[in-house]
Amino acid sequence: MLKRLCAATLAAALTLPTAANSDDAKTVTVVAPWEVASYDPAVSGFAIQKLQIMENLVDADETGALRPGLATSWEASVDGLTWTFVLRGGVVFHDGTPFDAAAATNALTRAWKQPGVLSKAHVTGISAGDGSVVFTLEQPFAALPALLAHATTIVPSPTSFDAEGKPNALIGTGPFKVSAFTPPQSIDVARNDAYWGKAPAIEKASYLAAGRAETRALMAESGDADIVFTLDPSGYARLGSVDKVKTVAVPIPRVVTLKVNAGHPFFTDPRARQALSMSINRAGIATAITRFPEAAAAQLFPPALNKWHDPDLPALSFDIEGAKALLADLGWTAGDDGILVKDDKRFSILLRTFPDRPELPLIAAALQDMWKEVGIELEVSVANYSEIPAGHRDGTLHVALYARNYGLTPDPVGTVLQDFGKGGGDWGAMGWENAGVAKALSDIAATSDDAARAANIAKVTGILHAELPLIPVVWYQHTVAISSGLKGVVIDPLQRSYGLSGMSWDE
Amino acid sequence: MKPSNAFLAALVQRGLQAVIVAVIVGVVSFAMMQALPGDAAYRIAAGRYGYDMMDAAAADAVRAELGLDRPWFSQLADWLGALVQFDLGRSLVYGTPVIDEIATQLGFSLLLAAGAVVTSLLIAIPVGIAAGLRPGGWLDRLTLAMSIFLRAIPAFALGVVLVLVFAVQLKMFPVAGFRGPEHLVLPSLTLGLGLAAVSNRVVRDAVVQSMASEWRLFARTKGLSARLTVIRHVVRNAALPVVTYVGVQMAYLIEGVVIVETVFAWPGIGHALVHAIFGRDIAMVQGTALTLGLIYVALNLLIDLACRGIDPRGRST
Repeated sequence: MLKRLCAATLAAALTLPTAANSDDAKTVTVVAPWEVASYDPAVSGFAIQKLQIMENLVDADETGALRPGLATSWEASVDGLTWTFVLRGGVVFHDGTPFDAAAATNALTRAWKQPGVLSKAHVTGISAGDGSVVFTLEQPFAALPALLAHATTIVPSPTSFDAEGKPNALIGTGPFKVSAFTPPQSIDVARNDAYWGKAPAIEKASYLAAGRAETRALMAESGDADIVFTLDPSGYARLGSVDKVKTVAVPIPRVVTLKVNAGHPFFTDPRARQALSMSINRAGIATAITRFPEAAAAQLFPPALNKWHDPDLPALSFDIEGAKALLADLGWTAGDDGILVKDDKRFSILLRTFPDRPELPLIAAALQDMWKEVGIELEVSVANYSEIPAGHRDGTLHVALYARNYGLTPDPVGTVLQDFGKGGGDWGAMGWENAGVAKALSDIAATSDDAARAANIAKVTGILHAELPLIPVVWYQHTVAISSGLKGVVIDPLQRSYGLSGMSWDE
Repeated sequence: MKPSNAFLAALVQRGLQAVIVAVIVGVVSFAMMQALPGDAAYRIAAGRYGYDMMDAAAADAVRAELGLDRPWFSQLADWLGALVQFDLGRSLVYGTPVIDEIATQLGFSLLLAAGAVVTSLLIAIPVGIAAGLRPGGWLDRLTLAMSIFLRAIPAFALGVVLVLVFAVQLKMFPVAGFRGPEHLVLPSLTLGLGLAAVSNRVVRDAVVQSMASEWRLFARTKGLSARLTVIRHVVRNAALPVVTYVGVQMAYLIEGVVIVETVFAWPGIGHALVHAIFGRDIAMVQGTALTLGLIYVALNLLIDLACRGIDPRGRST
């Protein structure tokens, strides 16, 4: 132990200068808040995929349209229960191991056995065919290819695992290979010259996890970082006036939403949930807290989800008097201290949220104020986010505030089905079920016919908008600072890639 | 008793202490993790999969995989059994061997701690001696005011100010990261200034005391020059409390600089420990606490030896 420690300290001391020498101006430094400490795609896949170290069978462009990745084509059997993905030939992993059906099957089977997106597709088996991977399903699921574009279904090489099958290296097929990994803070990558696709222009890139927004903004300002993700409102505003740094805000399919326990006696009537919704000043929250006034959530699905966002739905309104009237209709009357009372019960509820997204506790505090206006007493508990699914499971949850990403996979049906399908979901409806929605969602999942899907999607969004099992608050903007010397930067709203392979330096 | 025997005795004593510390720290940290409210399986699943992927099914899978529903004594016995074979197990969240994580992060923490202590001593010793030689003088009063000021600023704010001045405006050093020696400068300075704010006063007081002592008067009376008295006698006597104090600072630095590590994106062990506690990563918490406990023991040993080297009175000739 002591020997290893001495060696590590020495190594830390010695690698510092050498790393600096190789760190020439051509390295693209990417800075983001997310730490990477595991070799496991189920845990760190999001970072491995964004850095283009490992790839999926199916890729997606920034509009969410699917395109071939490690599979060149795919098709479902007539009954929709068997899917065949034809694999790209001649691909090798970074260490020279050939990419083949066995490697892909092993990686995907591992992903399927772990908590992750594949559980949404009711997979019954994954097997290696002749130059292909074959999935068998329990029921048709048209969005299976979209699940295979998710970060947890990337394909590591068979050599990325130790004898016990535990992941211990980051070896993939992507345009960049890992040259150094210092968990949890950084990953250095170098261009993979044997890449099967178009070779990237940049030779080296370095990823640094910086947990504090101040640090990230300062790194962008000083030029230490070339591309910085997730800025706080003040950092974003400040960087807007810095030369040599360009700031962009891209709408993404993530929404801050309230989960309401519709099984709780206070909330069984949809009018109670509507009253909660009507007493939220979304424009105020979007202006003062998240600082993008246009991102006040008019409906659940943000415009970035073009097929699920319905521009014709009337925007959720802010109407304190209307909310009070609805609550009065439900039999609530104001008590001595202004808090509503019915059958000797005070309208006093607990909201669970978490601090990992710093705006959530602020929004919770704003809600506390806004709901007090209509006579609802709100207590806020800021804790670990696992308290929300735990509260869903044991039924103790009243209201929860969190950010839900409907763009986890290019086609959100898997996530929506999980959230609003039969029985609701840990991050979706609670104590609320709607046979029409469940039927429409399973129809959407079963077909790839666009017209049939559109009709069902309209039905789902309409019912969710009226019934409000989830009450949307604000949509998200992805904020990025980019060094002006960097060309070809494309910000992916689905956050699947940093787009390093398309970047180049301005000569 | 020969000096080598005394040295050996100190080693044996500290070695025994190390074993006791290892067992106590391991058991206590395990007990504390068990006593925390909330379901560990949910917390671990949250740490692993993030809020976009974590749900009750993931928590159930984690519970089954890690055997978290086994009785506590069986889990603790497993850890102690592995410890006897010098195996700290795997991180429950990341799946990597705990020893690998600790080795990397502790290396960086020791580097930062050493940088901070060296910086603080480079500031505190000259300033403290100069102030101590003229107690009540303008320099003494100025450094007292500066010390109070620096001590009062939170390390986080001081770090951001230093970054704004030296990295963003003057472009002398990088903002954050750990690529080269230049990355060590600002975090070391942030911590070093805070430490020097106190240690320069410790040096100053020790010098004042030594200067006022009878033995100094004796040294001067026997004909030593003022300069030689300071170098040979005052510094050596003043060094004892300072060395002990630096040892305490070192211990604080290794475990307690989470904020500075976070501001400078430095992969240190304090930061890792905090994350492990949030993620209910029992194996990591136990391994890290154990390592820190053993470092305390080692630091104590080093301070003992250093004091023995400085102060001839304890040695037998």
